[in-house]
Amino acid sequence: MTQGQYVFIESRDPFESSDTGFVADAAIALRERGREVAVFLLQNGVLATRAAAQRGHVGRLVEAGVSVLADDFSLRERGIDARDCRDGVQEASIGTLVDLMMRPNTKTVWH
Amino acid sequence: MPDRTLTLALMDAPYEAAASTTAFRIIAAALAKDIAVNVFAYEGAVCLTQKDQAPHANPVKGTTVEQEEHPTTKDLVAGLMDPRLTWVNCGLCVDERGAGNWIDGVKRGGPPDFFKMAVESTTTLVIPTR
Repeated sequence: MTQGQYVFIESRDPFESSDTGFVADAAIALRERGREVAVFLLQNGVLATRAAAQRGHVGRLVEAGVSVLADDFSLRERGIDARDCRDGVQEASIGTLVDLMMRPNTKTVWH
Repeated sequence: MPDRTLTLALMDAPYEAAASTTAFRIIAAALAKDIAVNVFAYEGAVCLTQKDQAPHANPVKGTTVEQEEHPTTKDLVAGLMDPRLTWVNCGLCVDERGAGNWIDGVKRGGPPDFFKMAVESTTTLVIPTR
């Protein structure tokens, strides 16, 4: 397996796309193997962040030590206040995503 | 020239997917950080830069073209154009679609160009269609 860091960009709504679970599974598996992993939620992917949501994978990502970030623009477009997000979710700009991707030895995967 | 380069592969056609807007935001953010950006537009994404795009009025709301200020993707890309941005449209995809009338600054290429860009870049992000 390649050493280094991983960034998963999740653009899909977990309530519509059950395959978002595969991204969470992969992120957690990499984290368990000692890799630094971030999941950046954007577009409808941020619909998973609401603390009141009863489904989704954000909770287990946070518990596994995966960094979970949510695009500020996507949150705003969908009327989600960052204060209403689940604990452990960090509001972030698209510039933060660029910084994450540009780190040396980083693989970025879009879903 | 910047010492870091980001390569993006885009596939979505204009006006279909939020991913196009996200890609534009990523490009703008990277350029603002003095990161060079390569874009390889594949399949429907070659139409993002098509010069013939025209804004339209909105008869449902009764607005004129000027009032509507409908953003076209070719104008959004034109707004991103910068010496540090290289935009390559896949030639075969262009020919299939008859979409060869581009805004200034766009080049014709093919998958070998994307391979070269990816090999020579700091990192590469592929944004596929769903």
